[in-house]
Amino acid sequence: MTKSVRWLTVAAVTALVGVACASSTTSTPPAGGGTSGAPASIGPGEGELNLVAWAGYTQPAWVKPFEQQTGCQVNAKYGTDSSDMVNLMRQGGGTVYDGVSASGDATNRLIANSDVAPIDISMFPDYADVMPSLQNPPHNTVDGVHYGVPYMWGPNLLLYNTDIVQPAPDSWSVVFQQDSPYAGKITAYDSPIYIADAALYLKATQPDLGIEDPYELTSDQLDAATALLKTQAGMIGKYWGVYTDEINGFDSGDMVVGTAWPVNQQYIEADKKVPVESTIPSEGVTGWADTWMMSSHAQHPNCMLMWMQYTLQADVQTQVAEFYGATPSNTASCPQLNKDLGQAADIYHCGDDDFLSKIALWKTPLADCGDGSSDCMDYTEWSNRWVDIRGG
Amino acid sequence: METSLAASRGTTRRRVSSFLNRHDAIRRALTLAPPLVWMVVVYFISVALLLANSFWRVNSLTGGVIREWSLHNYDTVFTWNVRTAFLHETYFTMAWRTVSMAALVTLADIAFGFMIAYYAARIASPRARSAVMIAAVIPLWANYLIRVFAWRSIVEGHGPADALLRLAGIHTSLYATSFAMWLTFCYLWLPYAILPIYAALERVPASYLEASGDLGAHAGMTFRQIVLPLAVPGIVAGSIFTFSLTLGDYIVAPLIGKGLFLGNGIAQLNINNRPLAATLAVVAMTIVFIYLALAKRTGAFEAL
Repeated sequence: MTKSVRWLTVAAVTALVGVACASSTTSTPPAGGGTSGAPASIGPGEGELNLVAWAGYTQPAWVKPFEQQTGCQVNAKYGTDSSDMVNLMRQGGGTVYDGVSASGDATNRLIANSDVAPIDISMFPDYADVMPSLQNPPHNTVDGVHYGVPYMWGPNLLLYNTDIVQPAPDSWSVVFQQDSPYAGKITAYDSPIYIADAALYLKATQPDLGIEDPYELTSDQLDAATALLKTQAGMIGKYWGVYTDEINGFDSGDMVVGTAWPVNQQYIEADKKVPVESTIPSEGVTGWADTWMMSSHAQHPNCMLMWMQYTLQADVQTQVAEFYGATPSNTASCPQLNKDLGQAADIYHCGDDDFLSKIALWKTPLADCGDGSSDCMDYTEWSNRWVDIRGG
Repeated sequence: METSLAASRGTTRRRVSSFLNRHDAIRRALTLAPPLVWMVVVYFISVALLLANSFWRVNSLTGGVIREWSLHNYDTVFTWNVRTAFLHETYFTMAWRTVSMAALVTLADIAFGFMIAYYAARIASPRARSAVMIAAVIPLWANYLIRVFAWRSIVEGHGPADALLRLAGIHTSLYATSFAMWLTFCYLWLPYAILPIYAALERVPASYLEASGDLGAHAGMTFRQIVLPLAVPGIVAGSIFTFSLTLGDYIVAPLIGKGLFLGNGIAQLNINNRPLAATLAVVAMTIVFIYLALAKRTGAFEAL
């Protein structure tokens, strides 16, 4: 009796699993473009807009006026990092969220998987004022097709506590070199994309490795970056994954030096617990340029297009820039920003294409090295390495 | 009219019950169906999908899962090396960090838990007993995350732990150390150690202890020969809780510690590489199975 019951259970489970697997295989979203051509003009709003955004990108100060103008109620979900945002955008087959403020290390993954829709930029009059280097950047424009509109960009700065870190550093060596005097109080960004920061440092300090682009690394180059990061891991007090972790860490004195987003610095300065300053070290910096993208299965496409149009506006971008500490992509924002901030506007480099070109902007590492060979390590390999660095 | 309606209702009910009475198998099936369906749908299918995932792989460009069977992930995680428990270096380090923490937390919680449970079950007055037991379970009324954050603010720089250490002349922060994690885990899981041990100790009949004393055993001998063996099932049950809860935790490590726990490795890989994460989850499950198998040998399950 018990034996036959056991077998029946096994049989039932097997059957159900079979059904589950079969149905999940058939429900895989179809490959290829989701929409047939981008709409030419924006239709009436649907009354709602669900966004995935970086924390700080959807503050009431500029979301409220948008809601009043368009009647689109904005619900924003903060993504913790780029990979989290990619996963959020794929929820419910892409129907849960209408749009995302994707950084360059997420955009190409979304485009390649047809998660986001092509956008006809001709419907946005403000697009003409976008910085030339952000008009058709490879992180959101593929084969001449645009997949979104640029929002903010900025560098990953070297932030330090001026009470403790003396003299003022001008090299990333304070966070990478063995026997750094700040060992135990160093912090780093807890994401595979941070490997690029190590690669950028190696590019300057070990030219023999032949690193050209910190996102296009061969196996040997990735090994070297991994080794450097493992050395660093021994000196890290705590990694930060969410920006508030770094704010708390600096405030409590558990972190004194490390990579930071401008917004983190803004909050730490506002807390007034520790004196901090940031710098762009001699080896250069990584950074990010974010794009508002629309899900190819968006439930509220018109509201999303209105949001793109709205966030491209010069006055809105000035507001975001002043709050977030990032630089607008719309050059028409610069006069107001410079006027509002005076001397403090220098660090924004608003409209400065030359400065932007020196930042190694986040992008998805691919097997294709960009020079025809496909010996480079892709993002899956990077994330495996990151677990190796963090877990070992 | 009313009576006839009631009568007919009565006969329907009676008919159904006599039908079920005659057909034993159907009655049993109806009783068992709801929990069985629940068990199969909620538990077995998710575990089966987890296992299936561990044999799939990921499209490295899009991060989408490709449902083709291979041992690719097992190749990444496992290796023929006895020294690292057949795991690749990284995964071994991560697993060892997790298992050793789980073991140390279990030891401490069993020791503390036993003392508290013994006091409550055998020494305390009825009033003191209920006070102790309420104190033991009261932390469970607060959300787990709140308790973790509370510990974070205790061990953080400029926090109470810092101030205490400074008084003792030690100028170091506990933040992001294994010791801070151990303290947090010990605190978090202590109630789960106390309750089963208390239940086991409470069931030891006073007459056994009196008999032991009458036969000439002194207190220490009675404790070793009578109380402790009878408490073993409770101790093992408590240790299963503390061990597996620590092993599966992935909140405390990023908030209070530094290195990745198995759960964090799984969470981190799950973002970009679900199949590999599933394979790592199989490792975690295997560790728990081994622990359960060892616990079973002590006979703890027969006493449950």
